[in-house]
Parts: sequence; C-alpha cells; structure tokens
Amino acid sequence: MSTSLPMRKPQRNPQLNAHGELIHLLSTEGLPQPIIHQILDTAEQFLSVNDREVKKVPLLRGKSVFNLFFENSTRTRTTFEIAAKRLSADVINLDIARSSASKGESLLDTIANLSAMQADMFIVRHSESGAPYLIAQHVAPHVHVVNAGDGRHAHPTQALLDMYTIRHYKKDFTNLTVAIVGDIVHSRVARSNIHALTTLGVPEVRVVGPRTLVPGDLREMGVRVCHNLEEGIKDADVVIMLRLQNERMNGGMLPSSGEFFKEFGLTQAKLALAKPDAIVMHPGPINRGVEIESAVADGKQSVILPQVTFGIAVRMAVMSIIAGNEA
Amino acid sequence: MKILIQQGRLVDPASGLDQVGDLAISAGRITAIGDVPADFAPDRTIDARGLIVAPGLVDLAARLREPGHEHEGMLESELAAAAAGGVTSVVCLPDTDPTLDEPGLVEMLKLRARKLSRCRLFPLGALTRGLKGENLTEMAELHEAGCVGFSQAEAPVQNTQVLQRALQYAATFGYTVWLRPNDAWLGKGVAASGPVATRLGLSGVPVAAETIALNTIIELVRATGARVHLCRLSSAAGVELVRQAKAQGLPITADVSINSLLLTDIDIGYFNPSMRVNPPLRQLRDRDALQAALADGTLDALVSDHTPVSEDEKTLPFGEAEPGATGLELLLSLALKWSGADATDSPDAASLRRALSVVTQGPLKVLGDSLGSLASSAGRLTEGGVADIVIFDPAARWTVQPDALVSQGKHTPFAFRDTGFQMAGRVRLTLVAGQVAHDATEAPASAAHGVTA
Repeated sequence: MSTSLPMRKPQRNPQLNAHGELIHLLSTEGLPQPIIHQILDTAEQFLSVNDREVKKVPLLRGKSVFNLFFENSTRTRTTFEIAAKRLSADVINLDIARSSASKGESLLDTIANLSAMQADMFIVRHSESGAPYLIAQHVAPHVHVVNAGDGRHAHPTQALLDMYTIRHYKKDFTNLTVAIVGDIVHSRVARSNIHALTTLGVPEVRVVGPRTLVPGDLREMGVRVCHNLEEGIKDADVVIMLRLQNERMNGGMLPSSGEFFKEFGLTQAKLALAKPDAIVMHPGPINRGVEIESAVADGKQSVILPQVTFGIAVRMAVMSIIAGNEA
Repeated sequence: MKILIQQGRLVDPASGLDQVGDLAISAGRITAIGDVPADFAPDRTIDARGLIVAPGLVDLAARLREPGHEHEGMLESELAAAAAGGVTSVVCLPDTDPTLDEPGLVEMLKLRARKLSRCRLFPLGALTRGLKGENLTEMAELHEAGCVGFSQAEAPVQNTQVLQRALQYAATFGYTVWLRPNDAWLGKGVAASGPVATRLGLSGVPVAAETIALNTIIELVRATGARVHLCRLSSAAGVELVRQAKAQGLPITADVSINSLLLTDIDIGYFNPSMRVNPPLRQLRDRDALQAALADGTLDALVSDHTPVSEDEKTLPFGEAEPGATGLELLLSLALKWSGADATDSPDAASLRRALSVVTQGPLKVLGDSLGSLASSAGRLTEGGVADIVIFDPAARWTVQPDALVSQGKHTPFAFRDTGFQMAGRVRLTLVAGQVAHDATEAPASAAHGVTA
C-alpha cells in the first residue's frame, strides 16, 4: 500500500517576503525572534516621539492607511488611527460592518474597490479566522496588510504590545513564568501571546480556565494547561487576564459570570500566590467583577494602562517596518 | 455502432481478468473478450496497446447541482466531467433546490441525463421532505421514478424516532438508506477538532460527532433490519465501529471520499478554502485507518464526493467558504495513488485490481439490486454485458490545473498550485452503453483536459 505522503510544495509564510522580511503582519506564529525584537526596539524609539510636543514623524507621509473593521472595535481602531497619524499617514476609517458588506458586497470586491483608491495599507479586523490571509493573497504587491484581530485566530499587534510590556518590566524573557487566564479557546489574544512568548524563549507558559474554555489540545502549542487558578498563577511573573464575553454563558460554556469569578477571577488574595513583583496585564476592555476585581485592576501590580500607551508605539513600529519592505 | 478495442490490457476486478487482448462491442454490449471472431467488422477500431481497458467507474457520491444551483454546475458540464474521469455511472445526492423529494424532479433529471448520454445517472431521493427530518417522502413513488436509495445528504435527522421510522419504512420495501454519520450539534464546526483547528482558531468537529451518529444508526439498523449505506467515513474510531457492526452481520456498507482518504487537516495550511470539505479533513492516524479499511474491505467504495462550488462561494474566509470540492475527474488517478498502482508505468496486477475494485466492484455491491437490469453487468467486463468501459493510460503523469478541468467546479485540494500533487493515469476513452462519452484518443497528453505532461 502506498501510504507515503504525496509530494507537497513547501508553503512560504505569507507574511514574509523571499528575503524573510516582514511585508504583512498576520500572526505571531512563524514570526522570527529577530523580527519581534526589531519591532520592540523600533517601538522603544517611537515611545519618545509620543512624549514630544510635536508627536509626528514623517515615515508614512503620503501613504494611505485604511482601517477596515468588519467587526466593530472603537478602541483598537483608534489606537491604529493614532499610530498611523503619528507616522504622518492619511487615515481612512471604514466601518464595513455597517456599509458594503451588509449590502452584499463580497470581501474581495471590497478590497478591490479600496485598492483602486490607492490604498497602501489595510488594517483588518474580521470575525472569521484567516480573513486577513485571504486579503493578503489578493492585494497588489505594494499593499501591506496588518491583522487587527481575526476570529479566534490571531491578534498579533496586541501580542507584540504585550511582549513590549513584559520586556519593559521584566527585561529578560528566558526566566519567566507567564499565566494566561480565562477564555483561551475563543481568544485570538491568547493564541498570539502563546506563539510570541514561546518564540521569545519563555520557559513556562500556562493557560488557566475551566475545561470548556481551555481544551487539552492547547498543550500542542507548547503550554501547560491548568484548570485551577491557584495552581495556574503560583509563582508567576506575569499574569495576563482575558476578557470574558457575555455570550459564553450561552450554549453550556459556563453557568454564570458569578461562578466564573469565584473560581477563576483574579482577586488580591489569589494574586498573592504569584511572585511578589508579578505584573497583571489585560488586553481590555476589562469586566470588573467578572474576570478581575477592581482592587487588582487599579492596584500597583497592574500595568493595564501602560499597555495601552505602549500599544500605540508598537503599532507605529509595525506599520513603519512593513511599509519599508517590498513583497 | 461496432467498436473493436485492440491489444489493451483487459482488467476486471470482479472476475479477476487481467490479460492483454481484444474486446468487441456491438449494439451497446460487449460481444467478445480476449479473442474476437475474425468476421467481426467494426465501425471503429481503437489501438489500446499500452493502455488499460476496464469497467467504467461507478461513483457513489456526486453533486451535479441541478436543479437550483446551476451557477455552480449543470448536468451538461458535470456529466461531461464524469465521462472525462472515466465514470460511467454516478449516484447524485438529493440536496438540490428544490430537494429531490418529488418523483417529477427525479424523472426530469433521469430524462435530461439520458439525452446527454455521457454517464448513467442514479439519483438518491430525499429520505424526508425537504430534508427537514420531519416527514417521510413517498419512497415507493420515488423508487419507481428511478431513485436507487434514500438519503439526507448533509442534513442529519435529529429526531431519532423519525429516523427509526424512516428505516422501518424503507426496510418494508427493501430500499437502502444512505446516511452520513454526523451529529447535528457536535458536527457544526468547520474543521476537525485537533491541534490544527485549535491553532488556527477554527471551530472543531470532534470525532464523537461521527461515532455518536454511527452508534445511533447501528442500533437502529439492529432494531429495524434496514439496509444502510454509511457515507464518507472520516475517522479511525468511526471505521472501527463499522468493522464491528459488519462482523456482527448487520446489513451495512460504507464509503470514503478521495479527500479524507488522501489528505489531513495539516493540508489546510494558511486557511486554504479549497480544503474546506465535509466531512472535515482529520488527522494522520485517521487517514491511515481509512486507507487500511478501504484495503481490507471494511469500507466498500471510494467516492469522489464531487461538489462543484462557485468561485464566489469559495474565495471567502475559511469558515465562510462553501464546503466541497470537484472530484469526478480525479477519482481514477487517486484510486491508483491509494493502491500504489501509480508507482510504475505498468502497474502490478494486485495494486491495479485493488484500485479498480473500490471504484467498480465495491460500489456495485452497495447499489446491488437497485440497478435493476444493469445489476448483473455494470462495473464488470462480461460477454453479453453492457459496454460501460474506460480506457486509460497508466503511464501518463499529470497535475491538476483547475482551469483546465471539465467540471464547472474548479476548486480541489489536489490542485498543483496549492499542494504540488502528482497524478498518474489519464482517461483516453470512455464508453457508455457502447457509445463514446469522452474521447481523448487523438489529443496529445499535454493538451488533454486538466493536464500538463
């Protein structure tokens, strides 16, 4: 019996060009460590721009950046908009959820139309995993695509700003224990963080939550799976809390947000199990009293607001780097 | 028309025939095999040296898209695709629009197919009205109109009482019920549960979606005595349940699609929507178990699961893309690949027989008496039998270039541009009832459909 695998074409990671340079940012999976550090180093330089009187640099002058949000998110869209404007780009916001898509125009028709308007970069958020890959495959060679969150799959700029935050407070990745807590299975932030953390050499990444939200095959991504918060955050250096969506209470995922908070919510008492200098992160928007208590969210170990500040610099770094590389 | 096929390698898995010789056809029937009487005066003589002459393929699962989905496929294009793939009999599914739950629709399809005379068409009728899983269709009427069995296509009967009654009613008349085992709730995802789906953030279909449905169906077969054909198994655990049920003597048969037989979820790559098929591609151990089960007879047939999907419905994010892939033109080459008959230009008798058996003899066993007068000779080479024949070149190597496919559906996981798949075996001539349905005898290998040399 011939059961040998048929000969396959090797597939190049679509976010890199033939020289291994970043042309789109689609996922932190397969993102080489030097590129991650390049992004973080570049962000560090931009952070000082944000403190200046005139907060602009001319790197994307004359370029058009389209914010394409097929799924609403005022906050993420705004941070991309600020980042693009500080790079001197022209920014066009399109709330697709309420326009062409609802008139039946296909995703690729929308892209073709906007490309005809001389777009240079698309910032894409979409409810379907993989949608930015389809777009990246179909844009003209000079157009760059940044994934601003696709389905459950990836949210690479969030992960990179999380890496920036961790590097800022902890300096070295190679001696850390990082716990990601909450709804892992539906979380693009969790997936992107797992890939980035393992690429950067974090020796222990834990994912923590009930079995309905933290399936066992996450182990294949190189993480330790914990179904108990105390075990999950014990001696952690970094605790990343995820937002719990209300719809998880439907379909048998969870009985109630109250029970979730009791079992997996982060309180001061539970945080005491982590290292004394542990930092607490959250991609926002936070649900006080659902996944995190206010005393922790506003406490001295919380770095939730610095994350937002760093996020703008990291997005500036990503946009300026990919704009400088040719397909 | 009288046709003489000269010096081909005549292969028939049903009788064990495998010899070089001549074959004569007259009035739609095979009149001589091996040695042809000297006074036979053919209208056309075909030089089949180096080619294999075999029974036409029988495909148990193809969507031809009529009525209702003509933008994705029409009888003209899809039956031409069948002929191009050496398929001379095809079973089509009832998930059309409207669904095949009225005898008039079935008669119309049969009539249209007969006029095209490319390929024999055997429709499956809907088991329940509108495939809604609530009320039974008029099975006896539909059978009279030409249905060879009754199916729910991709819509599982959720109400087990309705399913039990449907099986009881079908068993009354001895009709076969064709079911794809898939739990209505667990089966809703877009990719097989597992590391790939988890990593890509795609909703998963656990193996339990298949095994729960299989257990339900098997228990109802035990209780009702109905004959059930299990369509498109996808998992190692599912295969094991079929093996056990067959060992208990239950009246069941089963098939697997070319997609599940040769691919795994890893082939999804970077969200390639061509890999979006039903059932979803599973893991390596499942693929290996399906390959072994097809070899040991636990699975009776290999099917193309041909489903032409329009460009608009397929160039979408993975989870929104319409499931399905074109397959009629790939069935023969993929059967040869599975059996190892593609390894040399002149395949050994055992692997060639294995490949042809799962696309001729196996499917015929599933169809059984439902073929009526054809049952005794379709899928075979027998003197006096119908001349449904494929002649193919086992040494021809080719790759799938989607735009060159005859089918209106251009999406396939086996496209060279996506996966670099290498194929062996090209159809040179297809005869249905002794009439030429597809003729590539003149075309050089590089100009034949879907081919690069």
